[in-house]
Amino acid sequence: MANLTLVQAINLALTQEMEADPRVVCLGEDVGKNGGVFRVTEGLQARFGADRVIDTPLAESGIMGTAIGLAMAGMRPIPEIQFEGFMGPAYDQLVNHAARYRTRTRGAITIPMVIRVPVGGGIHAPELHSDSPEAIYAHTPGLKVVMPSTPYDAKGLLIAAIRDPDPVLFFEPKRIYRAFREEVPEDEYTVPIGKAKVVSEGTDLTVISWGASITLCLEALDSLPEDISAELIDLRTIYPIDEDTIAQSVEKTGRCVIVHEAPKTCGMGAEIATIIQEKCFLHLEAPVQRVAGFDTVMPYYKLELDYLPDAKRIAEAIGQVMAY
Amino acid sequence: MPIRTVYKAQIEYLQILDEDGKLDEKLAKDTLTDEQVLFAYEFMLLCRAYDEIAFKLQRSGRMGTYPQNKGQEAAAIGSGMAAVKGRDFLVPCYRENAALFLHGLPMEKILLHWMGDERGNQIPEGVNMTPLSIPIGTQMLHATGIAWAYKMRKEDRCVITYFGDGATSEGDFHEAMNFATVFNVPCVFFCQNNQWAISVPRESQMASETVAQKGLAYGAHCIQVDGNDLFAVYKASKEAIDRARGGGGVTLIEAITYRLADHTTADDARRYRDEEEVASWRGKDPLIRLRKYLERKGMWNDAKQAAHDEKNKLQVAEIVKNAEGIERPSVDDIFDYTFGTELPAELQRQKATMRTTSLGQDPEQAGLHADRSRA
Ligand SMILES: Cc1ncc(C[n+]2csc(CCOP(=O)(O)OP(=O)(O)O)c2C)c(N)n1
Ligand SMILES: [Mg+2]
Repeated sequence: MANLTLVQAINLALTQEMEADPRVVCLGEDVGKNGGVFRVTEGLQARFGADRVIDTPLAESGIMGTAIGLAMAGMRPIPEIQFEGFMGPAYDQLVNHAARYRTRTRGAITIPMVIRVPVGGGIHAPELHSDSPEAIYAHTPGLKVVMPSTPYDAKGLLIAAIRDPDPVLFFEPKRIYRAFREEVPEDEYTVPIGKAKVVSEGTDLTVISWGASITLCLEALDSLPEDISAELIDLRTIYPIDEDTIAQSVEKTGRCVIVHEAPKTCGMGAEIATIIQEKCFLHLEAPVQRVAGFDTVMPYYKLELDYLPDAKRIAEAIGQVMAY
Repeated sequence: MPIRTVYKAQIEYLQILDEDGKLDEKLAKDTLTDEQVLFAYEFMLLCRAYDEIAFKLQRSGRMGTYPQNKGQEAAAIGSGMAAVKGRDFLVPCYRENAALFLHGLPMEKILLHWMGDERGNQIPEGVNMTPLSIPIGTQMLHATGIAWAYKMRKEDRCVITYFGDGATSEGDFHEAMNFATVFNVPCVFFCQNNQWAISVPRESQMASETVAQKGLAYGAHCIQVDGNDLFAVYKASKEAIDRARGGGGVTLIEAITYRLADHTTADDARRYRDEEEVASWRGKDPLIRLRKYLERKGMWNDAKQAAHDEKNKLQVAEIVKNAEGIERPSVDDIFDYTFGTELPAELQRQKATMRTTSLGQDPEQAGLHADRSRA
């Protein structure tokens, strides 16, 4: 066991999978000599060489598209897109090719790769370095979408993603890259894709979230009156959604608040609320509530904390749902 | 059929003021007047002072990430002076502050931008430029479109767009060059090849020997210039702009320069580049070169330098005061610029309540049921 940050846990997972599987290569802008702009790939090039930890030209379509080719030819590429705001040029390759190849070739060609992308706001970053686009990709058939909120899960989910036979988008919430440490086992292990985690058990209400917002939910839960027993679910995998864990919880509690940074309209909260009304309609005691980003452009950092859900907004929503 | 050559090409390199401040008089003819050179040097000093203060603001926690322009001032000013303020249009990246200031951008705007404030992007009416562009390479297409509009309307003006060496790897660069040349729009592509794209050196970024030659494939006029040489940058830019305005075609200018600082304040270049390399470029600093030239001509001395340093310090302090003194932006601003039409109902509710929960957005409903649960 070692006490690691999220960044270190990801680095450890990459190191161990590269050690174990010569097909695994990392590629992207500044991932090699510089160890990535967040130092996630620190030390990897020194250890595995510039042929396996590759500084690419500055071209996201190029990174994504050639990673697809590498995967087709039997490699296990792990492309990095430096920030979520720069997925744009890679979108065509990811959505129109990576996500569709298995289906359109009826399984003859598959694309096993993991696309690592730092996401989310709250770090006072320049423009286009703070968005939360997970719903766009959850809405893309053929992609799995993962977002860990702890170092332990980050390592286990990344290893699971690398061993998955299909393209997995691995979103790394940059706000908690170094926010806290956690005991992470030395040995390799997987956290299954598609399984949510009950972070804390409760009976009165279910709070569902993922990524950096989990920390804020915990803060909100701490601030609640003693007599409210809240259950917190960390989705961990955005797609495929763990419907069972959600349904079991809401059947028990009858109330639910969903929290995410992304804009409210057509965010993942909408999908989860729908799952709840499909599966738990007769158990509901109150309308499902969302605490989300506004339906606006993510503001530049002077105003980002006014945009991002915080513990206070979450606690207020919980209060309203409890009072209903 | 014999084999024959169907295409031959070469790229010329232009230098007029060498590293020792010696001028090639013949090439310099009809470029810049003494007054213009003096003005350029003084403006470079001001921009350097600004850049250094911006760096310090970040280091002392008063500003977020900032990309220093240090070492690239001649490229920005030389090209900026070749364009005509109020007539031509600038489409920048983020490392040519001097050109933007020269064309009338209030200097606090760039600080405001890096202080995380969209008002830093709000270009005043009559100032011909787009704001800084963060997604690399994307802005060249806008420049092409703007120039295209000028052509459609037969306006006698042109666009100059700035980008780095790394940006020429993006597909958008190639699409922009192709559109610009196919439609023969009045656009000048100005690449500041500062040898690095964050940690990736030019040799790893591309296998082509020059950036300039990339334009040949699209039928553009292409030239490489010493980007730390004010005269060469000015001359090449002026020719390109005049040609563009006359319908004579698109030019790609590769200005060879060097990023003397880290990529941004969030970067640590010592991780990936040798100090010797940086040191060798410090001597090629465009400010040193121009000062040598002016001193040799008797147009500059230590006293003048000291006076200007003092004056610039005060001026930059005033700019910082303006940037820091601005009132906090209103949270309404998050919503109010989303559309030019009325805000959709849901967005109006979000704005009125700063909530995304439907209960919280509807106090009546929330209150009603709160009463019920209490009863
Ligand atoms: C589309 C896109 N990808 C990645 C980035 C991250 N990034 C910011 S600057 C930069 C390097 C740019 O290099 P260059 O074009 O040479 O300009 P320079 O910074 O050297 O002036 C990178 C990779 C970005 N801003 N946009
Ligand atoms: Mg560069």
